[in-house]
Amino acid sequence: MLDVNKITRVEMDWSGPERLQMNMGPQHPSAHGVFRAILGLQGETVVDVDAVIGYLHRCHEKLSETLTYAQYPSIASKTDYVAAMTSEFAYVLAAEEIGKFEVPKRAQYLRVIVAELQRIASHLLWLGTWCMDMGGALGGGATIFLYCIREREDVLDLFESLVGARLLYGFFQVGGTRYDIPDGWAEQCRKTIDRINSRVDEYEQMLEDNAFFLARTQGIGVVSRELAQDVGIAGPLLRGSGVNFDLRKNVPYSSYQDFDFKVPVETAGDCYARYKVRMAEFRQAISIVRQGLDKLPSGPISSRPALKSVAQIRIPKGEAYARVEGPRGEVGSYIVSDGSAKPYRMKWRGASFSNLAILPHIIPGHKVADVVAIMGSVDPVFGEVDR
Amino acid sequence: MSQTLVALPPIVTALISGFIVLNVVIGMVTYVTLLERKFAARMQSRIGPYRVGPHGLLQPIADALKLMMKEDIVPTAADRPVYNLAPIVFLIPCMLIFGSLPFAPGLGVADVNIGILFFLAVSSMEIVGLFMAGWGSNNKYALFSAMRAVNQIISYDLPFIFSALVPVLLAGSLKMSDIAAAQQGSLLKWFIFYPVIGQLAFVMFTVATLAAENRVPFDILEAESELVAGFRVEYSGMKFALIQLGEYAHMIGSSFLGALLFLGAWSGPGPEYLGPLWFLLKAMFVFLLVTWIRWSFVRIRVDQILMLSWKALLPATLMLLIGTAVVVVWRTGGF
Amino acid sequence: MNAEQARAAIASTFGVEIAAGVPMVVTVPAERWEELARYAKDTVGCRFFNFLTAVDWKEQGLEVVARLDNLEEDVALMLKTKLGPGVTHCASLMPVYRGADWMERECFDMFGIHFDNHSDLRRILLEDSWEGHPLLKSYAVDTPHPPYR
Repeated sequence: MLDVNKITRVEMDWSGPERLQMNMGPQHPSAHGVFRAILGLQGETVVDVDAVIGYLHRCHEKLSETLTYAQYPSIASKTDYVAAMTSEFAYVLAAEEIGKFEVPKRAQYLRVIVAELQRIASHLLWLGTWCMDMGGALGGGATIFLYCIREREDVLDLFESLVGARLLYGFFQVGGTRYDIPDGWAEQCRKTIDRINSRVDEYEQMLEDNAFFLARTQGIGVVSRELAQDVGIAGPLLRGSGVNFDLRKNVPYSSYQDFDFKVPVETAGDCYARYKVRMAEFRQAISIVRQGLDKLPSGPISSRPALKSVAQIRIPKGEAYARVEGPRGEVGSYIVSDGSAKPYRMKWRGASFSNLAILPHIIPGHKVADVVAIMGSVDPVFGEVDR
Repeated sequence: MSQTLVALPPIVTALISGFIVLNVVIGMVTYVTLLERKFAARMQSRIGPYRVGPHGLLQPIADALKLMMKEDIVPTAADRPVYNLAPIVFLIPCMLIFGSLPFAPGLGVADVNIGILFFLAVSSMEIVGLFMAGWGSNNKYALFSAMRAVNQIISYDLPFIFSALVPVLLAGSLKMSDIAAAQQGSLLKWFIFYPVIGQLAFVMFTVATLAAENRVPFDILEAESELVAGFRVEYSGMKFALIQLGEYAHMIGSSFLGALLFLGAWSGPGPEYLGPLWFLLKAMFVFLLVTWIRWSFVRIRVDQILMLSWKALLPATLMLLIGTAVVVVWRTGGF
Repeated sequence: MNAEQARAAIASTFGVEIAAGVPMVVTVPAERWEELARYAKDTVGCRFFNFLTAVDWKEQGLEVVARLDNLEEDVALMLKTKLGPGVTHCASLMPVYRGADWMERECFDMFGIHFDNHSDLRRILLEDSWEGHPLLKSYAVDTPHPPYR
């Protein structure tokens, strides 16, 4: 039991700048998961930040050494649980690269469609939670949060009719995909993305004409080009700092070279630039989904026979690093295989882990309220950070 | 009151009228929370409370019962006297302001001849209770919020006072019923329709009210997503209910003040006894305007709030006040 | 410099053979680890620090793997160094890349590799009082292991 008499009381010294250590603890409405930031404050200005992670660590890498290549893709979605499709994608691509398996065209197009729909859903969640962090759960932020969640539900309905699950799918398997699109799915998909397109225009208008929003996001959390590459951040953060690098264009995988889309790049490097990059990515993702549905070839959805046993897929000795452009950046999977049905070593290159490493470099100098805005624009998902 | 119950000694009439007003205010505060929730829900394309009672009408009663039944937790290392007294010290000024409001000509608790001054002075005393709550909680988040609160409310009380003084200048008296009487007669006599000065003063009054009430976009001190309820973070149960009561009562009081100063108080079509109803409707209009703004904007940072107050709003209201004085003197032929 | 020039330059400077294919896999002895990273950043222009990890080869010891990219010229480098049986020290890449900070802390946490010149080497994903390093092959998978149970 806590003994009240033994609690030391420290008299604050008013003669100079004193530092207050405040804990934005693992339980916090805007921690985006479980994240602890120990802020050293001088008044309202943050002087240093110590990021403590690991509250969601499940040791996926050790787990993958005990599960076969057929069992693990469903578990892979639990790393980046907001964008589960791209997480599975990375693992499956790496396994296929070592084993030199061919993936049929239809499966590749399906993978692209599903990955882009997942990008739309993930960015909707990002927009809602970011505005909620800045606006408060009882305020304008909650309004836009509910609108975005309403659109995201439509996309998750699409996934539910395709796979059967709303959040964590087992759609990918080594050699192709597990499910094919049911009848009427393409129609529903087109209607949904048309609706989302018009609604995203509304949200953009609502936010960009708002002087308060601009005051909160412009000039905040500036990441220079050099720092961005040095730390290794990727995705909208990198493109918001002026580096024109998108895996889908520079290192195309899974038939992305057949699709016509632009890569948005902004040079300012602040929260507003990252916001603009993600809003532009909405439009590009919608365009890619439309093209994919129009050009979807017929054929098999997997080049491997149907799974009859868990140890069916065997991959020869070798290693490969495969990466996909997830909504948060470069999600990569480095597999070292020793010829058995289970990997020898599997390393997840989590996009959010590298993105989060930038926080100690850009936060000092900002006010407490900016910490929340910056974290929202970095958009971490702690399943990926802690794995 | 004083006309009808003239036989009773004045202290009894004062007590009765005070009791009635207090109960009405508390009832109104609970139902105003429901109004806000329904309004916000419709803005977010959902319905709001619906199940408790027909269309959610019993929801505030359920909330009140729940809060009364909750355990009262006091943090071990909190400063007990300060912590326990803070909700009461916060609530008293917020209730006192209703004592000076006239709800109809002759209908009110005490229509003092310095009504506006009393209202403004007492309403800015809530800051004491707020700071006591933040300090006594022994919690860094609460302390943070209390510091920000002192900064913000003090900075915005000045533009609040200056913009409220514009109708005083236009009516020529600090007495609330005089200001209301100066707007009777026709719609165009309402001070909000006074050319240029009325509209500007109303806008500045609304902005200052938003900030003095800690409403988004100026709610940095309770910033749900950073400070998790700010100065009230350690309060639970009935003490929390008292603080909520005080906040909403202050909000409604300011809405009534806005309706009285700018929207003509009880003037409206129809017979005399409908006056209080019009007053209520106008106050609710001001309240919904504030609510509408609250549910549409993100909040701005504390240094931006202070900059807005000291560098923009205060000089603007000061200029407006001086301009109003010049216009009034010119119109009455003083030059 | 582009991929071909990089391959030739690294092969000649460090005296290693680089197999054909993407990415370029360069294996150097542990003493030249930091030198290689600095060469890759300054001369080859690989300014993008992708990741750093380790593989446990049981009797043959640990191997540290890092991947660097040159985004403009499209050069991908996979650097490896074998630490040797029983060796758990390695040079830190923190003076060269700031991104190595968290990656090396994770390696320390999971494999027990101590990085010299790292300014703040402590566990990142597990709590500070954890015993053992989970990703080593000797760390039990199916039996209870301290500090739990």
